[in-house]
Amino acid sequence: MKNFIFACFFGLTVGSAQADLKIFATVPEWGALAQEIGGGKVKLYTATTAFQDPHRIEAKPSLLAQARQANLVVAAGADLEIGWLPLVLRDSGNSGIQTGRPGYFEAANFVNRLEVPTTLDRAHGDVHAAGNPHTHLDPRNVLRVGEALTARMVELDAPNAAAYQAGYQAFAGKWQTAMARWEKEAAPLRGVPVLVHHSSFVYLSNWLGMKEVGMLEPKPGVEPSSGHLTSLLANQQTRPAKMVLRTAYNQDGPSQWIAGKASIPAVLLPYTVGGTAEAKDLFGLFDDSVQRLLKGLR
Amino acid sequence: MHKSFAMAALLAASCGAQAASDADLVAIRAQIDDMKKTYEQRIASLEKKLAEAEVQGKSAKPAAEVKAVPAMVAAAPAATGSARASGFNPEVSLILQGQYKNMKDVAERGITGFVPAGGHDHGDGAIEGINKRGFSVEHTELVLAANIDPYWRGQAILALANGEVEVEEAWFQSLAIGHGVGLKGGRMRSGIGYLNEQHPHMWDFADAPLMYRAMFGEHASYQQDGVQFKWLAPTPVFLEFGAEVGRGAGFPGTDRNKNGAGAGAIFAHIGGDVGASNAWRAGVSYLKTKASERGAHFEDINGAEALGAFTGDSATWLADFVWKWAPNGNPKYQNFKFQTEYFQRREKGDMTCSDDEGVGNACDPTANDSSVTSGYKTRQSGWYAQGVFKFTPEWRAGVRYEQLDSGTRDFGANAANLVVDSYRPKKASVMVDYSWSEFSRLRLQLAQDKSMLGITDHQLTLQYVMSLGAHGAHKF
Repeated sequence: MKNFIFACFFGLTVGSAQADLKIFATVPEWGALAQEIGGGKVKLYTATTAFQDPHRIEAKPSLLAQARQANLVVAAGADLEIGWLPLVLRDSGNSGIQTGRPGYFEAANFVNRLEVPTTLDRAHGDVHAAGNPHTHLDPRNVLRVGEALTARMVELDAPNAAAYQAGYQAFAGKWQTAMARWEKEAAPLRGVPVLVHHSSFVYLSNWLGMKEVGMLEPKPGVEPSSGHLTSLLANQQTRPAKMVLRTAYNQDGPSQWIAGKASIPAVLLPYTVGGTAEAKDLFGLFDDSVQRLLKGLR
Repeated sequence: MHKSFAMAALLAASCGAQAASDADLVAIRAQIDDMKKTYEQRIASLEKKLAEAEVQGKSAKPAAEVKAVPAMVAAAPAATGSARASGFNPEVSLILQGQYKNMKDVAERGITGFVPAGGHDHGDGAIEGINKRGFSVEHTELVLAANIDPYWRGQAILALANGEVEVEEAWFQSLAIGHGVGLKGGRMRSGIGYLNEQHPHMWDFADAPLMYRAMFGEHASYQQDGVQFKWLAPTPVFLEFGAEVGRGAGFPGTDRNKNGAGAGAIFAHIGGDVGASNAWRAGVSYLKTKASERGAHFEDINGAEALGAFTGDSATWLADFVWKWAPNGNPKYQNFKFQTEYFQRREKGDMTCSDDEGVGNACDPTANDSSVTSGYKTRQSGWYAQGVFKFTPEWRAGVRYEQLDSGTRDFGANAANLVVDSYRPKKASVMVDYSWSEFSRLRLQLAQDKSMLGITDHQLTLQYVMSLGAHGAHKF
């Protein structure tokens, strides 16, 4: 009986043929990038949405089922998904997407990471040993990752190499133009001091030249406490921030509280594709982020 | 490097000394000096490189420094940390767990109507700590895990207690088979049920459900030495099948001196999402094992202690269901988890009733080592259901209700000698816990335990669970 069941399973596996490059993206931003490059040649599954904290996802059955069939896992890396992705990969029974295989891609490996800690101690909160993993909010990183991702997609799916390269070229061309526009539009943001909920915007601030003068979380990953918020408010006297930034998946309470007390705007940024109605794709993400920041400044 | 250089020099010198003219010696010395110089240069350049690498590592790019990066620098792959040999060390994590407990002092704590695994809290293989009141440190768990090579991953979980180290799990797992196949070998917690694979630090309550204690005794988990085969179907719905064979030494089986497998298990899981906010998993499992002279204490018709040794087949069916809800699928701030399991066990064989304490019980009235063997057939069941609500990032509260049914217990001729309890043990628990971070938790639990006939035990547990180091991901 048992043998019979297993024979049936193997029959099923052998029978299933693969068509497109099946991509499992852990986060919306890198899923959107893979879609830009791959167009109709890829079948994309995005594991999380802009309303989910990518640090705190559970290894859900649905994720295992999707990882089982993927040819390529595109992850943010730098330990962002450490709480769930390793388990999903191992339990997927998919040898092609294991760490170290071509089917496993980490965006953070192709950019210069910021905030790489010199000492590792959980007394400093939920720090990432490899540095801040929210690398996509610097559009220059998007290009770098795009180039590497294209190479990886070409490696995995050689027959569609030309399509991927053309897809990337077209995207990169539009991206360069858009980047010049964003940098011009965002010029007034240079040097503007801001508060952030979590260290999600380090790369954005770095790119636009904004100054992060405080974080609502007392330590990364630790929820804002009233004591810490009060001390941030006290800092407003000496180093006044112009606005307070949060993502769509952060709770709005702490931002609203400090914004109200300090009479500065609380700005919700899309953070990733899908975070606001306007952030439909990567272009929309940056268009909307820049617009919302400028609006906050007024 | 210095050592080998010195040896080479000695060797050269000793060989040269045999037929050495002064001129030869001079030539050799010159050669040695030359070699020395080259080596020293190499060492110096290596030292310089090392120093440079260290400086680069330290300057770990604080945000302010990188601000100067021009708009379109060439794609420079970031330095992926210094690759030291210690980087290959396994991920290590340590779980600290302890509690304060208030409960009744019950001499022989067990579950009425159910054969206890390994007896009560004294004697051989007893359930350690089941009766511990006041402050106590539960066993400390040390977890070591790493990829072994591109093909295998290994993990060991050691439980440290006073004067002993117990290997709770020690297995390797396949990484490179593909086709949805997962292979695991070694000592492992079985994939049956839902809670079975979870270690105590992952539990939502301070203790395991009665059902797991009744089924598997001491660890409230079925673990065995063997192999596990799993297969995940290539379907959009999560569909997983598994089979295990192993030694089957643990309760309800016993360690038997034999070739081949002592126990076998099969299980199937199905699961998926409902919208963005809900995820679920359901499963059925079956465990088949054998016992040989599995001893348990019974009460005879006159209230004296008797030993009953069971030899026969034990088969257990399990059904489990888990539902998790989080607004928009973001469990960080709020979530709810519902979990329930049901089991049914059938045992069939013979039981030999004897008088191991020499008290002259009904099976051996004259205390002359006689015994009574008769047929033994039971069919027992139980279930629990629990819900845990996380209402802020730090606080969670939960309720659990559980009930067992001692069911039918046919002791054959021994029914005339032993008390055959018929009872429905019940327990209700409420808990509230606080987590400073993902790594630390403090829990208060109140329970009304009616698992023993005629006793209502009100229990209070204050428990801490702390995890240090590289703490791996938890299963769904």
